[in-house]
Amino acid sequence: MTAPSRDHLGRPLVAVTGVGLVTPLGIGVAESWGGLLAGRSGIRRITRFPVDHLKTTIAGGVDLPGDDATGEAAPASVRVERFAALAIEEALAGAGAVVDGRFPGPLFLGMPPVEVAWSLRMDLARRAGGEGAVRYPAMAVAGNGSRQAFEACLFGGVGERLAARFGTRGAPVSLSTACATGASAIQMGVEAVQRGEARSALCVGAEGTVEAESLIRFSLLSALSTRNEDPARASRPFEKTRDGFVMAEGAAALVLESLDEARARGATVLGLVLGCGERADSFHRTRSNPDGGAIVGAMRSAIADAGLAPDRIDYVNAHGTGTPENDKMETLGMRAVFGDAPPPISSNKSMIGHTLSAAGAIEAVFSLLTMRDGRLPPTINHETPDPAINLDVVPNEARDSKVERVLSNSFGFGGQNVCLVLGAAPGG
Amino acid sequence: MATEPVWITGIGLVSCLGEGADAHLAALEASDARPVVDEEGFAPFPVHPLPPLDLDRQIPKRGDQRQMEPWQRLGTYAAGLAIDSAGARGLVADMHLVVAAGGGERDTALDEAVLSELATMPPERAAPLLNERLAGGLRPTLFLAQLSNLMAGNVSIVHGVTGSSRTFMGEEAAGADAVRIASARLAEGRGGIALVGGAYVAGRWDMLLIYGLSGLLRRGAWAPMAEGGGMVLGSVGAFLVLETRSHAEARGARGLAELAAVATGSARRTGEDTARASAAALAGNMRALLRPGYAVVSGASGAVGPTEEEAGFLADLRDAGPAQGPVLRTADAVGHSVEASFPANLALAALALGRPDPPPQALVAGFGVWRGEALALLEPVREGRA
Repeated sequence: MTAPSRDHLGRPLVAVTGVGLVTPLGIGVAESWGGLLAGRSGIRRITRFPVDHLKTTIAGGVDLPGDDATGEAAPASVRVERFAALAIEEALAGAGAVVDGRFPGPLFLGMPPVEVAWSLRMDLARRAGGEGAVRYPAMAVAGNGSRQAFEACLFGGVGERLAARFGTRGAPVSLSTACATGASAIQMGVEAVQRGEARSALCVGAEGTVEAESLIRFSLLSALSTRNEDPARASRPFEKTRDGFVMAEGAAALVLESLDEARARGATVLGLVLGCGERADSFHRTRSNPDGGAIVGAMRSAIADAGLAPDRIDYVNAHGTGTPENDKMETLGMRAVFGDAPPPISSNKSMIGHTLSAAGAIEAVFSLLTMRDGRLPPTINHETPDPAINLDVVPNEARDSKVERVLSNSFGFGGQNVCLVLGAAPGG
Repeated sequence: MATEPVWITGIGLVSCLGEGADAHLAALEASDARPVVDEEGFAPFPVHPLPPLDLDRQIPKRGDQRQMEPWQRLGTYAAGLAIDSAGARGLVADMHLVVAAGGGERDTALDEAVLSELATMPPERAAPLLNERLAGGLRPTLFLAQLSNLMAGNVSIVHGVTGSSRTFMGEEAAGADAVRIASARLAEGRGGIALVGGAYVAGRWDMLLIYGLSGLLRRGAWAPMAEGGGMVLGSVGAFLVLETRSHAEARGARGLAELAAVATGSARRTGEDTARASAAALAGNMRALLRPGYAVVSGASGAVGPTEEEAGFLADLRDAGPAQGPVLRTADAVGHSVEASFPANLALAALALGRPDPPPQALVAGFGVWRGEALALLEPVREGRA
């Protein structure tokens, strides 16, 4: 007897056959997941660049091999690309899906917008020359014909280089839905497979913008924790004394394919993506509507897309940023969707921080591992419960629990909310 | 999976020519008209400027206007025009949104002040001072105005579009894939109506800095593409309302054109993997649909390289038959608008199909300055075909 290969809407079931991770807990799935189950924090003081005059001086940084040796820090988009490539390599090796050096499907890449690096701006300013004030027009003229620098500034550059390197099919699609970006990339891949447009898809979320200007911007929005003196205890989702999120970086890659395809080639199925739901909020640029409508809508539509009732969800992988606002709204959403008996919910961000554009993809991988191992990762730093948050947040220590279906939440600035329902590998 | 025809039922188009169908139709008919160009403001680079916009009409709250810079305002404004054009104000709650976005405006005055002080300092001295200057000088509003995904965020906030929201990045290809994926989702029954498009503001030094690096921009006086000499960027906001035929018919909405096919690709543009060959492959299934006299709306940017590749592809297509109708090089009229160019060219093609004595169909081509090839085929909507 084989399990069905189509879902309740007649769409092909979408299997995950390869995963790769780069997180502040380590490079690779084993190290990251091991650290997460051990309740280890990956948040540290920033040493990669000077932190003078910054309100927040901690982050979930990832040490790239050779990072410190070069002297000059690689620009954010280069770090994004390198993190993504490491995660993709691991996912492809696990999936065994590469044929003749090519991946037989499209690339969906969730990533931050590319910005001109300060090092390039400084270089152009010097080339513009002259004494006194530097002006943009002179810099724009001075840069004429620097093709390599041009390509490094293009938003499509990271995706194009990854597509070329891994031989993915068709035009790579790069996308940004703020903190829901990684989940959106998975959703795009799921839809392409369901639609029959692709037999497989490579879905990636990557982030590498831990740098001074980004820290300052988020500080201006009062979004970041300033608990600089004790980095490991700074990220405190769902806890009473939480004071903001901690920026982090990393990447996750997932190989998706139809369950039929995976079975036909004898691939190991790590789990299924059963449903995706999204809802935009029209309330405010950085806050969700106090009625929680968009958050609730995204959670409910993901569960409905999976053809399930809410009581079939065994565990929720929280967005859980540790900002006072998010965790309050997520609690409201949990209560609205699950009523008086919500399933346990925990926040990976308590240990790895908020990996922004990568978060939805990294947390989807952790959700699959939760089901594989039957073990819920904890929410660490849970010292003073918040009476307004009446949820089982799996405080401080991992615990055993059979999990068949996970809801993974991603809620973004600008009102972009995406939720995924992931299921255990069938017939395991 | 079931597929349904997808119509364009609304167009929101703003360029140096003005806004709306009439301003653009007039220009399509007078193809020899000299376009609106600003040759002084961003010299040595000529640009097609934004027309004056009555922002209050589409972004009524001043508070919302203040939260944006010109790029987000232009997109939000054009998105509103498209919704109005489709008569779809009442449908925004379940309308899906896909935006093709680059980056919003930087605070160039702050950048210049910082660079003037720090560019010639040793890096170890400059780095801590950079932090200090940015910490003191950056403004939170400008951060939000700079964020790529907040054009979509503003469309949701200002117009109430909340079905879903996705922002694609990656220059011209982002605009083409936004249309392709929005349309594919509708065709397979994921929703009945979608809003898709983008915007580009040409008169921005932070963007001219990047395109200046390419060496592909025209310098000095404007000249049409046929004379060579490089690319002229254009300020364009372009949004389309896409709708399944059944959704449009159920509410009595008129289809402006049917989006019969759209395909995207990305050649590496080395060796035999050329943009011309990539487009030829994309044209594969569309060739059989072409009828004599089909119009071509060319997305050639004027950038040396891809512009010639596109001309070669179109010549191949013409030689293979059927007979090609008029070829409209829109960048000569409105400039090259990067993320907005493919949606804008679809809009212009749809308008061309609505003219008296229209071409039988319109093929829209898009060749990215660096990467990305895209084709779409628009058919007229025939009444009572259902």
